[in-house]
Amino acid sequence: MRTSLSERFLDLAVSVFMWGFRILIVSVILFGTISTILAGKYTSEQWIDFVVQGISQGSLYALIALGYTMVYGILRMINFAHGDIFMTGAFGAYFIATWLNNIGFIDGNPLLGLLIPILFAMLVSSSIAMLVERIAYRPLRGAPRLVPLISAIGASFFLEYAFRGFFGPGVYAYPPIKALDGDWVILGVGIQKVQIVVAVAAAAMMAILYSIVMFTKTGKAMRAVSENKDTAALMGIDVNRIIVSTFAIGAAMAGAAGVLNSLMFRQVNFFIGFVPGIKAFTAAVLGGIGNIPGAMVGGLVLGIFESVGPSLFLEGLGIPRPYQLKDAIAYTMLVMILLFRPSGILGERLSGKKA
Amino acid sequence: MKKENFIWSAIKTGLLGGAVALFICLIGMVEVFSKRDVVEGVITLGQFVLLATSIIAGLFASKNTSSLVERNKAFSSMVAGVIAGVVTGGMIALFVILGDIVNIRAVFLNASPTLYQLLTFEQGVGNAWVLPAIGAFAGLLGAGYVFLPASVSHPINRGLLVIVFMALFSGLFRVVLINQGPEMEKAAKYLFGQTGLTKAGALIFFLGVILVTLLWTYQGGNVRQGITRLPKGGRLSLQVIAFALIGFIALALPQVSGPFIAQVIVIVALFILMGLGLNITLGFAGLLDLGFVAFYAIGAYTVGLLTSYGPFGLQHISFWVAIPIAVLVAMAAGFTLGLPVLGVRGDYLAIATLGFGEIVRLLAGSDFLSPYFGGPQGIIGIQKPCLGFLEPFVKIDVPRVCNGIELGKPQDIYYLAVVAALLIAFVAWRLRESRLGRAWMAIREDEDVAEALGINLIQTKLLAYMLGAAMAGLGGAIFAALIGSIFATSMQLLVSINVVALIIVGGMGSIPGVIVGAIALIGLPELLREISEFRYLLYGMALIVMMLAKPEGLWPSQAARRELHHEDAAQIER
Amino acid sequence: MNKRLLALLSLLVIASMALAACGAPAAEEPAATEAMTEAAPAATEAAAFECTDEFRCVEIAPGEPIHIAYWGVLSGADSSLGEDSKRGVEIAIDDIGGQLFGHDILLTTEDGGCTPEGGATAAAKLASDTSLVGLIGSSCSDETVGGIAAITNAGLTTISPSNTRPVLTDSARGPDYDGYLRTAHSDAFQGKAVAEFAYNFLKVTKAATIHDGSAYAQALQQVFADEFVKLGGTIVAQEAVAKDATDMKPVLTTIAAAGPEFLYYPVFVAVGGYVTAQVRDVAGLENVYIAGSDGIFTADLLKGGGPNTESMYLSSPDFSAFTGDYAGFIEKHTAKYGGSTLSTFHAHAYDAANILFAALEQVAVVDADGTVHVPLKALRDAIYATKDFQGVTGNLSCSASGDCGAPVIAVYEIVNSDPASWNPASADAPNPKKIWP
Repeated sequence: MRTSLSERFLDLAVSVFMWGFRILIVSVILFGTISTILAGKYTSEQWIDFVVQGISQGSLYALIALGYTMVYGILRMINFAHGDIFMTGAFGAYFIATWLNNIGFIDGNPLLGLLIPILFAMLVSSSIAMLVERIAYRPLRGAPRLVPLISAIGASFFLEYAFRGFFGPGVYAYPPIKALDGDWVILGVGIQKVQIVVAVAAAAMMAILYSIVMFTKTGKAMRAVSENKDTAALMGIDVNRIIVSTFAIGAAMAGAAGVLNSLMFRQVNFFIGFVPGIKAFTAAVLGGIGNIPGAMVGGLVLGIFESVGPSLFLEGLGIPRPYQLKDAIAYTMLVMILLFRPSGILGERLSGKKA
Repeated sequence: MKKENFIWSAIKTGLLGGAVALFICLIGMVEVFSKRDVVEGVITLGQFVLLATSIIAGLFASKNTSSLVERNKAFSSMVAGVIAGVVTGGMIALFVILGDIVNIRAVFLNASPTLYQLLTFEQGVGNAWVLPAIGAFAGLLGAGYVFLPASVSHPINRGLLVIVFMALFSGLFRVVLINQGPEMEKAAKYLFGQTGLTKAGALIFFLGVILVTLLWTYQGGNVRQGITRLPKGGRLSLQVIAFALIGFIALALPQVSGPFIAQVIVIVALFILMGLGLNITLGFAGLLDLGFVAFYAIGAYTVGLLTSYGPFGLQHISFWVAIPIAVLVAMAAGFTLGLPVLGVRGDYLAIATLGFGEIVRLLAGSDFLSPYFGGPQGIIGIQKPCLGFLEPFVKIDVPRVCNGIELGKPQDIYYLAVVAALLIAFVAWRLRESRLGRAWMAIREDEDVAEALGINLIQTKLLAYMLGAAMAGLGGAIFAALIGSIFATSMQLLVSINVVALIIVGGMGSIPGVIVGAIALIGLPELLREISEFRYLLYGMALIVMMLAKPEGLWPSQAARRELHHEDAAQIER
Repeated sequence: MNKRLLALLSLLVIASMALAACGAPAAEEPAATEAMTEAAPAATEAAAFECTDEFRCVEIAPGEPIHIAYWGVLSGADSSLGEDSKRGVEIAIDDIGGQLFGHDILLTTEDGGCTPEGGATAAAKLASDTSLVGLIGSSCSDETVGGIAAITNAGLTTISPSNTRPVLTDSARGPDYDGYLRTAHSDAFQGKAVAEFAYNFLKVTKAATIHDGSAYAQALQQVFADEFVKLGGTIVAQEAVAKDATDMKPVLTTIAAAGPEFLYYPVFVAVGGYVTAQVRDVAGLENVYIAGSDGIFTADLLKGGGPNTESMYLSSPDFSAFTGDYAGFIEKHTAKYGGSTLSTFHAHAYDAANILFAALEQVAVVDADGTVHVPLKALRDAIYATKDFQGVTGNLSCSASGDCGAPVIAVYEIVNSDPASWNPASADAPNPKKIWP
């Protein structure tokens, strides 16, 4: 191997720079954190609030991220339309929930009033995801890696603007469940019921998904296909069917997240899928894409960073309006984690071919 | 294997056609398009779209049938076509009847009284039976079409395509022609109406296209032979003439077409610049960058800060001095982005760069940096490029006077943008053929092998980032001069996504592909601003269709072409 | 060989064109010639009309429509703003019967995408269309900044229903803005009014603000903050969130730590809804006064904000000063589009269109044969000269720098959080209800 002196010098300079960069970011964050805490503007209860808010938002990211990560694990493809699948679920649930609310069902049976829209949203999302897979992705199975990405971007635009066409650009209000107003007191801290329900429901969904993947025959087949498609096919696994069910299950999670998101934030609109989609994709990468527990961890970490970060890191640095830069913090964190672990928190090191 | 009953197959096709037709109705396309015409006084665009679903359903049903039945092919196909058409039309009729009973509008906003009126030809629900009848006729038409010999159907296809194209852009053609003077105004009004083609215009285009197509089929071979038979000198002179003609058209175009076409071409050229830049990082070196807009923004803001006569202007220098600085700053940004993500691969890289793009946008529009970048109020009053002597800066909000030619209008910036795009295309081409270019491609194929071959990964990757960033920065710089003001809202993630899409649609790694991709993905949507609500719907559809039809891109590079065919062959073997 | 072929080809094309020209429209030909002969004497009479306009005259022949255009944001996250105004224009056209001087009115739209480059492209297209007489738009101030020069230089005039950035109608705005007026009101009026309301009426001294990074919200909250301090109050926190943020609790928690009595967030519907829905859940903000401005003066706020909107304050043009029939407008809207209005500025768009029509009626010259001539400079002057126009949003008079909006700002209180009850113009049960001044 030829390595000239100048090249060796370059390598050295780069690694010095990289370490300098890491140290710089960490020390800036530490400085901000320490000076925020010293300023003592927030009570410990408020810090707990920040964390709880981060967890409920983060569990939504995690739920959506599962779909990204499962599809990626099997097809090595970024399903860009996944955020819009989330939106379709929210719309589906909105119409059912409004109807249930109008006939007074939700007030009488709050639990069913929560579950029925969730199930319906899962159904809507899964069907649309399967349709998208059939039309826009399946014919491109053998194509170069970025071709399905573009097709997915196309599907994303198509879904957004088809729903805009159906329901107009206005805002729809998801009916609130009255039983979920107010706080529950846990360990002496009042926490909003909705936030707890969202976090618990998301955790339950993830537990169900995890057991499907780990303990059912389909789940086993999924893991086999994600390991190696050709070998799985030789073992008698119907690869197409498994891919479709992966899309369906991932989409069902996104649909459920759509309902939980509507419960927490009320608004349903054709554009609500775009940003959570990007965030969930970020979460999936943060945790190590293709890795199911990774998506969960990534979602939570991202949610908490977003919630705590602006006050904790930026205020101490004297930056005005830190919440405007919430997303900037999330992405800086992402870059930083990738600096230390180039394949995400729980990801395995990828070889050049696999990535 | 038992074959499907052709009638059942036709019904399925009809149901699919009906679903598409209902979709078109419910997203509001029929209502909006009914205000535009294909041929004025004959058929509106809305009617045309609906009719087309029936015809296409008939066509597909008929095609399927000929593979399903053994005897009586022609008759069965016709029957299948009629069935498919009836089912398609019947579904719309059912929708109309249902809409009379249930308030569909409670869910679907576009199921409006106007839509029902349009669907029943303003005759009320009683008239709904007309729809399956029209569907049957249209289906038959589609079915019969299959049996036309190619020599007949081919020219008709083209004729119809051209008519639809002309009708869609009729407003544009009309405006451009009217601006050419009174004679052309008459011609324009003869061919194009306010909302679509005139009857005469439609007929002229249709017959003209048919004639040209026929001529080409019968005489095209001779022409081609004639050219190949020419002596070498003759062929060369023909090429020279062709190039001169293209050059002349390119020079004269903005003067003839007016500001709008020029503006669109400038925007396309800016995306070509960005595309060429990303083509180096992604197409050559295989590094997926989803935050490319960052460099565009950096180029634009640099020029803005250096030349603006508004409150945020720093230096008040000339555009021509600011451009190289902007390119250098963008390059430096490429370097700073490239360094930390050197070890990050594949889709991790994609999201890291996406993050970088978003960080740049958020910071530029934030209150934190608004004392420097204007925050949400943006940087305004960017000095237009001046060919000549620029008088010194007087005071804030007063533009410097240009003694010479000021490139103020889009028609003027056009030349700047086109020259820049051509220059950079040349640079990109030379780079690809260089040693560096081959190193990039080696990295793209396999990093580990490339490293083993003695390619310095760090140096090569960083150069890819820097050169790509420089090109995007140049695009941003020209953008600043074109618009005259910069806001963070212009630097959306959507821009980055568009750039990636245009590279893939054009054909990854191919320089002409970038140009074709930019024209298709940026130019056409810009021209279609007037159908605003459905612009992105059609854009999304087009992306999917293009990828399905030509996964290798519209103008793939030689290598990609070879590779893909190789893969195809391998798959067939499997 | 080559030459012969070329000649043959061109001959055939010409022949086909000739064929097409005499062949198909033969049925129409007599009618056309008839119209020509009939129109001929009228045309000689009409020669009396000579265009003396400083810019140019648009000539609309019999049978041709009068072409106006709406430009604004019709795609992307902000499309409800543009769609809402577009509907206002469409209703205005319906209300005058779809016709002026016996010519149909043709409304086309151009999407500006809420960005300066989108505005510039849309404007370039509009500027090159010589059949246009007038424009309504744009939606976002950014679009105007990008596109206004092209429109002004083409001799056209545009009236914006929803731009609120102060500089657009500043007296020093420059000649590029000569073709620009607006029926929306500048942020400068509104921020001041809210500050006076908070300090003098509510008697609060500690206020906090949130904006969403849009130029509108950022400018408005700054005007408020400056005026509030001038009156003697203190601003304890000025925060901002991203336009696409949904989780507002962290930022609200930060604000709660500063202990404000009055929280002002003059944002758009999405963020406004999220803030309102979450504000009462944050410890320390349970009883704070909350207020917004005209960007969220819509029933959609009640949908997004829910029960918390009750007793929220909103500043807006004073509807009691409205002379027009706002309730009637809403009825027409519901019948035509189903569902409630999408944003705040539909009425402003309706008025903008009517101002344009009124000016057209003043300046257009109609020949005996029905040909209409519209002198563009005269049209622009007529729009600027609009005085005491009885609009839905009030008595409108346009200033020399293009402000046509009625600058009477009132503060309203939401009394019922049911979106169906939204009717600020109602005489007996108004919601929201005017409480100040």
